Amino acid sequence: MSKLLIRNGRVIDPASRLDAVRDVAIENGKIAAVGERLDHAGAQLFDASGHIVAPGFIDMHVHLREPGFEHAETIESGSRAAAAGGFTTICCMPNTSPVNDNATVTSYIIERAERHAIVNVLPIGAITKDSAGEELAAIGLMKQAGIVAISDDGRPVMNARVMRRAMETARSFGIPVIDHCEDLHLSAGGDMNEGIESVRLGLRGIPAASEDVMVARDILLAQLTGARFHVAHISSRYSVEMVAFAKGRGLPVTCEATPHHFALNDSAMPPYDSNYKMKPPLRSECDAGAVISGIVSGAVDAIATDHAPHAGSEKMQEFEKCPFGILGLETALGLALEKLVHPGKIPLLRLVELFTTGPARVLNLDRGTLAVGAPADITIFDADRAWTYDVNRSASKSRNSPLDGHAFRGGPVATIVNGRVVWEASE
Amino acid sequence: MPGGLLGIESLDRAEIESILERAKSFQPQQTASRKSDLLRGRMIVNLFFEASTRTRTSFEIAAKRLGADAISITASGSSVTKGESLVDTLNTLGAMRPDAIVMRHAASGAPHFLARYLPTPIINAGDGTHEHPTQALLDARTILDRRPTLEGLRVAIIGDIAHSRVARSNLFLLSKFGAQIVLCGPASLLPSELARLAPGVTLTHRIEEAIRDADVIMMLRVQLERQHEAAFSANEYFQFYGLRLEHISLAKPDTIVMHPGPINRGREISSEVADSQRSVILNQVENGIAVRMAVLERILSN
Repeated sequence: MSKLLIRNGRVIDPASRLDAVRDVAIENGKIAAVGERLDHAGAQLFDASGHIVAPGFIDMHVHLREPGFEHAETIESGSRAAAAGGFTTICCMPNTSPVNDNATVTSYIIERAERHAIVNVLPIGAITKDSAGEELAAIGLMKQAGIVAISDDGRPVMNARVMRRAMETARSFGIPVIDHCEDLHLSAGGDMNEGIESVRLGLRGIPAASEDVMVARDILLAQLTGARFHVAHISSRYSVEMVAFAKGRGLPVTCEATPHHFALNDSAMPPYDSNYKMKPPLRSECDAGAVISGIVSGAVDAIATDHAPHAGSEKMQEFEKCPFGILGLETALGLALEKLVHPGKIPLLRLVELFTTGPARVLNLDRGTLAVGAPADITIFDADRAWTYDVNRSASKSRNSPLDGHAFRGGPVATIVNGRVVWEASE
Repeated sequence: MPGGLLGIESLDRAEIESILERAKSFQPQQTASRKSDLLRGRMIVNLFFEASTRTRTSFEIAAKRLGADAISITASGSSVTKGESLVDTLNTLGAMRPDAIVMRHAASGAPHFLARYLPTPIINAGDGTHEHPTQALLDARTILDRRPTLEGLRVAIIGDIAHSRVARSNLFLLSKFGAQIVLCGPASLLPSELARLAPGVTLTHRIEEAIRDADVIMMLRVQLERQHEAAFSANEYFQFYGLRLEHISLAKPDTIVMHPGPINRGREISSEVADSQRSVILNQVENGIAVRMAVLERILSN
């Protein structure tokens, strides 16, 4: 019987609204007790004095690139990057090769993760076969095999009728539909946000309207079908407003925001630096501000990274040739503290919620809480510790981060998965 | 300009003035001998990934007039066609230790991207739809051969502004010197954000309005190769945005008509205007050499 006692940390558990110095006892991979001066006989001790002890962080949007693109990331390397970022559970998008559009691929990912991943890996299945947007994937069988949601992330379903059928099917199997909202006709050929910066740099623009029209469409389809609809990586002001509107009408509509979409904007981008190229693109300062307002107001349910590793050779090209996407797992907490907590926009409890109960509720997971009996997934972090991100020491196999060399105030200290310490900050 | 010349936007007024002044001394009417040895022993690589006649030839002649060795490489005859990446191509050329690389590329920002990795100075000879700095310099030289100053001049730039690197570089340069710039073109080729790019810029969709009282009329080529959806037929385009003789009377009596070339007669400019007394198109070509000599000298002689 393995026992671990995390002592003297400031325990923040949004599920029970607890925010106090407590001990957390873990037995056999489960939370055994949360209380004051717990008995530590026979337990391994972890001194969390001065740190925050939270339920394990969940990142509901990552790309692990396995199978098919193992040169950029593997389930193992991605899971290590996740642990280093304080995440205990990650959900991997289906745009691998082959696409995760059937139960065989789903099972393969789950088996690989059981053997090689150091955090929990929950697969997300494709909406359509090969994510081609035409025929529905084997949604029910993938659900049986272990997917927690469906999404054609990166390749939005353009056909509204197909999306309607997908929502109906997802609803019947009790999982949400996560849509990468982008009208491909409006965004075609674009490389960055459409606005004064794209005009200045002579790069083709991706208008915010390309996101907004799809968010609007999908909200209407969610109303039609009763499905749970989740907006991936929300980035524009009007999309945030529409999600808030849908919530106000009582629709099961949720959304996530990435740290880069609220921390960065297109005017802060060094010219033609491909580490700032992602989809949706970094929007205007006004849009980034609207995402923060959505986080403050509750319109945004979760922070997710959209961790998208690309090999160096793919990003070392002309801006318009580079693939979209940047790393995110290791810098998410630091950026969220910097842009949300330190300026006083949200309290720590709300921050923890965005990383735990928020995504757990969207995906209907039994995680993200320190309730007795829950899996002992725990994130220990420090809100003030000074550290500098060195992308060359990243656990990811890729290096495409715009935050290399960035000095952070606050970040992860230790990551505990199913009662086992899988990562600790070196000092 | 120790690191080369990537664009006009980042240059200051004094630097531009000094290039234009030096270019004047390289004009044929100022120099008795056509060839000097100011850059003797220096090697310049002209690397053109996109079709070009005047710019490439002009850079080559400029280098040779200064006594430098110039070699020209075009993408179709290079290892780019064998799948080599841009960085690798440039690193290979860089290893041969040229003193400068003159580069044209279809991707906006390609020279800026390379400048981060390559110690060799890079001179931007046109990057995608971004900038074409030596074109703006030679245009300014051409205007200043006929006007005492750029300040207060009304300059109309007409055509496919969205895809024009010539328009961007000219806009940045003219704005730095206090000119009034009127950009004119079809709505889909004239993003409204242009008006906020630099002081003194206004937009219009009516050619008559753009030309009224203009000191300078700059026509742009319709860049069919960069337009991903055709907005106008050739005939309709010429009807609304083609420069014709009847427009000239709206401008100042001593207005000049410019065009970066290559011109499409009957598409954006009528033959009568292109060949008229007001046209300075061939003077622009002539000044191209003088300006590029000044730029090469400035970058290579330190």
